[in-house]
Amino acid sequence: MTRYRRRRLANSMLLAFALGATVIGLFWLVAILATLLFNGLTAINLALFVETTPPPGSAGGLANAIVGSVIMTGVGVLIGAPVGLLAGTFLAEYGHYSRISPIVRFINDVLLSAPSIIVGLFVYQLMVIRMGHFSAIAGAVSLAIIVIPVVVRTTEDMLNLVPNSLREAAFALGAPKWKVVVMVSYRAAVQGLVTGILLAIARISGETAPLLFTALNNQFWSLNLDAPMANLPVVIFQFALSPYEDWQRLAWGGALLITFAILGLNIGARALAARGGMRTGA
Amino acid sequence: MADSAATRGAAFVPVRATSTVAAVANPAVAAAARQVKIEIKDLNFFYDKFQALKHISLSLFDRKVTAFVGPSGCGKSTLLRVLNRMYELYPKQRAVGEVLVDGANILGPGQDLNMLRAKIGMVFQKPTPFPMSIYDNIAFGIRLYEPLSQSEMDERVQSALERAALWGEVKDKLGQNGLGLSGGQQQRLCIARAIAVKPTILLLDEPCSALDPISTQKIEELITELKTEYTIVIVTHNMQQAARASDYTAFMYLGELIEFNLTSVIFTRPEKKQTEDYVTGRFG
Repeated sequence: MTRYRRRRLANSMLLAFALGATVIGLFWLVAILATLLFNGLTAINLALFVETTPPPGSAGGLANAIVGSVIMTGVGVLIGAPVGLLAGTFLAEYGHYSRISPIVRFINDVLLSAPSIIVGLFVYQLMVIRMGHFSAIAGAVSLAIIVIPVVVRTTEDMLNLVPNSLREAAFALGAPKWKVVVMVSYRAAVQGLVTGILLAIARISGETAPLLFTALNNQFWSLNLDAPMANLPVVIFQFALSPYEDWQRLAWGGALLITFAILGLNIGARALAARGGMRTGA
Repeated sequence: MADSAATRGAAFVPVRATSTVAAVANPAVAAAARQVKIEIKDLNFFYDKFQALKHISLSLFDRKVTAFVGPSGCGKSTLLRVLNRMYELYPKQRAVGEVLVDGANILGPGQDLNMLRAKIGMVFQKPTPFPMSIYDNIAFGIRLYEPLSQSEMDERVQSALERAALWGEVKDKLGQNGLGLSGGQQQRLCIARAIAVKPTILLLDEPCSALDPISTQKIEELITELKTEYTIVIVTHNMQQAARASDYTAFMYLGELIEFNLTSVIFTRPEKKQTEDYVTGRFG
């Protein structure tokens, strides 16, 4: 009887610790979201979306930063996603028995966990110094470099989930390899591939460090890829550290915007992955 | 070379079974229809260093159903996968010997693999519908080599589905995903897909092992119908299926061909004790 009670006690203690740890972990997440909502909601209004970043003391919004972020993220994904998709395709479909595949995979994993500030510095050296000025395209390239390893990894993983019997069935009809990859493997894994790209977008849309070195910032409305461009993360960084209250409020608004955009992307990616997962035979 | 295979055909009675076949086969059947379609000569197969097939010599006859039977690991699926060189997809697998299809050695270096596979259809153990519509599943293979107009393609798709006894069940939902069909329907879809490209040979790798008895029966009926046009090779674990559906049976064990003969002979008066033990269920 006493052993039984001791076991029960041990069990409830472990349960309490585990619950406690979970609550502590969740608390901070909820606290961050709550603080963001509390401080940021008041900043959300029409002006935030249609007016550009103001000088201190006057009214304004984040329109140029929002558009800048969307442009640089978009261009970054346009550059990075195809490279990542093709490299992932190589690893999963062509390089299965190749000796360079493990090396490529290892380097990709290193790149995946590389600090983004290093990527920013690299592009600064590579592009900004040579071009002589900061530019949106340099920002997009540094984001693309962050996109690549994410997409390589998800593409390889998703293609590896396509059963080999499906490829064999296509080969058995006399299909050449590229058609098997494009028309069967890609089709079977399409939801997974899109999910990977969505996750990559979520990953780069909050990146600040690489943009500080490359796109810098722009107080004004600019769509020129060859010039500095405003973007949400850097604007938040500058405005939040400023002494001006209206700038700080805009920073909260921008932070709320980014957070919910990323949240939305993640939920979308999850829903997509859950809905289709792998669309294959069994 | 190609037509000489046909004229020579009658001479190529399987090596080990010559006397028996000649003795017991219905003379009319034997004389009329036996033309060699595939001739396997001293075939050895290696998975890296492991030898999975040992000195296989065997003739498969035109428009007949030949069953490969034997316990797991005997090499029957391996032999099937040599016939369309499916093994080439994987490294360290190699076949040594000759496989003559219509007289030409398909193991030769000059063989175009895609053309070979377009000529030799294959259906797998698990149904493998592509993640696309029923219509596109059938059209996929046709589009690879034949630029057809929409109406010609419609006809080809319909006739393939009709021949696979699936048309009635899917004619109103050709645009739906092939994955939505039942297992038995999916397998018939795969057969339709294979015959849509007009092959002359069909390889069936345990096509019914994942299916229920009713679907199995449908597939077996289909095999019987299709053999009027195709040379069919079927790998099966099911002795009754081999007895019901095939004209010839090859019994294999540990990578060797033990006995090859008319199915009726293999199942009633096999030459070897080992064959008898296996087909009657005493071992394996």
